[in-house]
Formats: sequence, structure tokens, C-alpha cells
Amino acid sequence: MNVDNRPLVRLIDVGRDFDVSRPWLNRVLEGAPRQLLRAVDGVSFDVAKGETLALVGESGCGKSTVARLIVGLHPLTRGRIEFDGLDLAAPGTDAPELRRRMQMIFQDPYASLNPRWRVRDIVAEPIRVLGLADSRDDEQQRVAALLLQVGLATEDGEKYPHEFSGGQRQRISIARALSGNPEFLVCDEPTSALDVSVQAQILNLMTNLQARLGLTYLFISHNLAVVSHVADRVGVMYLGRMVELADAAQLFAAPRHPYTRMLMDAIPDLEMSGKSRTPVAGEVPNPMAPPAGCAFHPRCPHANERCRSERPPLTRIEGGTVACHAVAEGRISA
Amino acid sequence: MSAPLLEVKGLRVEFPTRRGTLVAVDDVSFSIAPGEVLGVVGESGAGKSLTGMAIIGLLEPPGRIAAGEIRLEGERIDTLPPERMRRIRGRRIGAVFQDPLTSLNPLYTVGRQLTETILTHLDVSHDEARRRTLRLLAEVGIPAAQARIDHYPHQFSGGMRQRVVIALALAAEPRLIVADEPTTALDVSIQAQIITLLKRLARDHGTAVMLITHDMGVIAETADRVAVMYAGRLAELGPVREVIHQPRHPYTVGLMGSIPKIANGTGSLGSRTLGVKRHAHLAQIDGAMPRLNAIPPGCAFNPRCPQRFARCTAERPEPLPAGNALASCWLYADERR
Repeated sequence: MNVDNRPLVRLIDVGRDFDVSRPWLNRVLEGAPRQLLRAVDGVSFDVAKGETLALVGESGCGKSTVARLIVGLHPLTRGRIEFDGLDLAAPGTDAPELRRRMQMIFQDPYASLNPRWRVRDIVAEPIRVLGLADSRDDEQQRVAALLLQVGLATEDGEKYPHEFSGGQRQRISIARALSGNPEFLVCDEPTSALDVSVQAQILNLMTNLQARLGLTYLFISHNLAVVSHVADRVGVMYLGRMVELADAAQLFAAPRHPYTRMLMDAIPDLEMSGKSRTPVAGEVPNPMAPPAGCAFHPRCPHANERCRSERPPLTRIEGGTVACHAVAEGRISA
Repeated sequence: MSAPLLEVKGLRVEFPTRRGTLVAVDDVSFSIAPGEVLGVVGESGAGKSLTGMAIIGLLEPPGRIAAGEIRLEGERIDTLPPERMRRIRGRRIGAVFQDPLTSLNPLYTVGRQLTETILTHLDVSHDEARRRTLRLLAEVGIPAAQARIDHYPHQFSGGMRQRVVIALALAAEPRLIVADEPTTALDVSIQAQIITLLKRLARDHGTAVMLITHDMGVIAETADRVAVMYAGRLAELGPVREVIHQPRHPYTVGLMGSIPKIANGTGSLGSRTLGVKRHAHLAQIDGAMPRLNAIPPGCAFNPRCPQRFARCTAERPEPLPAGNALASCWLYADERR
């Protein structure tokens, strides 16, 4: 698999706010203020051709919002997203033309397939919309080939989604995502609704498809162990911000940010080496009122005055970047 | 070894349907000692939750216990009339379910729900019940219990709510807690807190815990022994270390292999050449667990088993001794002494 160095996707200082104010009438009558939720706050990263970048974090950290911003399911509030060097929002850019080169796989294979459509129609939809097939025969052949590629049988095209198990449905989702011949797949928790043995099948399938078709993945997951199997680089998000972005090997061998360390410590220990998990005190703060300074400081064992007042920037260190005063000052080992 | 607190023998749970009877739990036997944590793992549909529901007497009709017996401290509880079972539930068996929001009544403060439970099951005064409630909330790690006791469930976060549910299960000091996926709805960092809590409580109170989960990691950290279920049957039962490090049943072997682990050693930066994919493939079990209406004859795992031989397709294996564990697999037939 060759990874060339030109980024296929580039996010520059991307932000997204959601308006979570009370209804207009309440605001007028009760004088309630407008309230904005900063779901994603100044996130920048590149995804190189052929690589897998994983985004990890706990619920509410903004990782799924990033996925939706990239594929255009939400508009941006701030910042810029470039695909293949072109700004997706610039007036001169043919965004739909660029977007047909990306596809998304969703978490819940029970909700993301139309229960009234036959599988062959579900898989053929992108082919029809994008006008990829010359004839009905061609379309059918493409669908058959796609089903085989994801490990289903050609006859499965005649069935409806309810006739399949969760893992098989996720295979259908993958076939549908591939039918438009995309280069870039955004996978939002593609295996978290599946049992482990089925998860292994899907992860292996995704790795094989990437090698065969030269796909680029943005892989979103809350599970660090899953991520370690698929990712080349890993970004860790906390409360809408990127706190660490590093090569997978680097990140798993030597996590820098205290939050990343905490996530690593929280992974159940299957080796049963006797090390007990260090349970972290506290929970993710309310995103409506994020803490000042570093968002992680209320839970961080290394926080000091500076962490409470000044937001740490992402700084380059060997093998990645990290946003932490303690690491930058050398207070904790990098 | 002390007398078992809970003993399940030959449990069979059936669902009569128009198209025949589905056997969801088939001839399952195990026991749990006081203070012991028994993990029950399996994939969705393996029958692990139904086994738990059968024990606490909450099987939803038309599901029913068709055979076998369940004994709590020697007393048979599966044949008790619903009214008597209702008094055992909560008093002697506590339950913790996956979704803490649906286990709590949104209209009552958590304090009221806890005191009500205590008053129902224990012969104490109202003041004493409230004192106990405060103590329980503090014990499960809810900060500022004095203030939190009068809050409603929606004012708690997911992790805190699950703590309240655990407090509720503990309220009447039960002998057995059945916890069905207690950490599945929680983030990893909160998961670790809840697991530590369950473990500490089992140890301190001598409470037996039946921990049902699909997450082998949770089992590894919490359980003393583990039961692996497949298609409604017990595939393997043994000490947790042994089942994880030296699984005997081919299904357990496949299950353990398919769990993604953070590989140690691949982390050295020097050995990594840029642009070369180093991802090892996960071991995978091909195929899927059979549906309840299409369980193959013989061993239920035989169509997916890499080590299948003639006997596996003809005869259903009994749990056989394999090391310190029991494995329902004909591979261990000649180990019988």
C-alpha cells in the first residue's frame, strides 16, 4: 500500500456550533439567552491518500460531528475543508463532484438501510444516482460483484434487510458505500453495534478492501483497541478539540496527553497482568459550559494554574502533536 | 469450598411460537458461591440475558422455564408463585440492568426510590431508611449525597445513574446480584469506575454476583469464574484466567482471538517503515451463530468449528473436564477419567 504525502482531505481550523437555545417564544417571554453548543472547536488535520486516520474519544467529544462535516451532512460554522486540494465551500468548486468521491458507513446497520428496499436496490442506488452504469445489465453485474466483494452471495440481492444479521447488514452498508467507486470512506463507529466475532470479520474485510482498492479511511471509534488494529495515525478528541494526534505506533507505545493516557489505562486488561485499571475521577464536563483553559484540567492529575486559565495550543513533538502545557513544559515525560 | 449460594441445574427456557417451540436456553447448569463473581459471556442471542431473567423470575411470557431447577441458598425458587418471588426479588436478589435510565422512575427523586425499596423489604423506620439511603449513595461513590438524595434521575449523568441503580440493587442487602450488561451503555473511563465498584461491593458484603456481558475485558477484570454461552448452551465454564489464557472450546478460542488488543511491541518506532501496513489480521470465526429455529444437530458450533469430526454432527457434547474447566466439546471426551 503506497501512502503518498499529498493529503487527500485537509481540515483547517474547523468549527461547528449548534444552536440549543430555548424556543423563540420562551426567549421573548422569559428573556432566556441564545445558547450555542460548540460541538467542534478549531480542529485541523490531514488525511493522506491510502492511510487510515482514526478519531477516538468519549461520547460528546465531537468525533461524529467531524465525520458529518466532512461528508457535508452539516455545514461548517468556521474553518475550511479541502478535498484533493480544493476547498469544498469555495464558490468555484464543484462540491457535489468532489463529494461523490467520498462515502460514509454508519454505526447502526438497523437504521441505515431502507427496510422496504431489496438489497440490490440499496446497493444500486449510488450507481443510479451517479449514472455509473451504461445499461441495466451493467448495473446488475456491478451489484453482483459488489456483493461478492463484501462476502455476500449474488442471490442475497433479492432479499430485504430484515433477513440479515447485524454483521451482514454492515456488509451491505459497505457494498453500498463502495458502489459509487469512492476514494475516501468515512466510517462512523462501523463495528460498535456488532458482537466481537462479527466485528473481527468486518474489520478484516475493511482492511482487505483498503489494500485491494487503495481506499483512504477516516475511522471513528470510541474503542482504542479496535483503532489500534486499523489506524496509521490516531487523533484523540476531548470536548470538541483535538488533544493529541500521532502515529498509531507512537501513540499506543507512548501516549503523551494525560487524557490519552487515561483512555489507555481505562482499557480492560485481557492479559490479566494484574495491573488494575486506574479509574479516573470525574466525568466529561457539560459541553454547554466547558472549563476555561485546557478543557481536561478538572480531571487532570497534572493541572496547574496555567492549565486552568490558558488554553494549550497543539504543539509539534516527535511523532505527532499534543495540546498540553504539562508536556510542553516538560513537567510530565513526553 | 462453601455451599453454593445459587445453583442452576439443567435450566431450559422455551418460547412456544406458532411455528414450533424455540429453545433459547438449553440444559444450562452452574453455581455461584457467596462472594464470588461469575461472568457469563456470549454474543447476542446466546441466551445469557434469558438465563439471568429466569433466575430473577422475570421471563416475559410466552417464555417459560420448561425444565431444570434454580436454588437460592438451597431453596428452590423457580417454582415459587409470583407473589413470593416478588418478595425475594429486591430482598435476596438484586438486579442491575444495562440502561440506567429505564431502571429508574423519572417522576420520583432517587432518595424516594431508595427509601421505598428499603421500607418494602426491611423492617425499619422511615428515618432509618433515609439514613441507610444516604449511606448507600455515599458507598456507591456519589459525591455530596446529602444534596443529591433529593434530585431526580434526569439530573444525574449516565455513570452516576448507574451508581444509583447499583445502590438500589444493594438497598435490601441481597445475597445475589444479577447484573446484565451494567457497563455497556457507559464510556470507558466511567466503565472502569463501575467495575471497581461492583468488585469492591461483592468482596465487602460477601454478595455473589452474576455478571452478564458480551465484553470479555470486563469479565477479565471482575470475574472469578466465567461461563461462555453459545446458542443457548454452555460452551465452557472455568476459572477466568484459564478460560482467557487457555481456552479449551474451539468457540472460546475463536472468540478470544477475535477480540482486538493493543499489541505491545509493535510500538517501537524504529521497526516501523513508513507506508508499510503492519496491521495483523484478527482471527475470525467464519459464519454466524445459528438462529434458534435452525440449531444444527450434535454440537451447536459444529458448522463453524475448524476441528469438527464425525461425532460432533451426531451427538451433543456434555460438559467435559478440560484442565480445570469444563468444555462441552468432544475433543475432551478421552480426557474423562
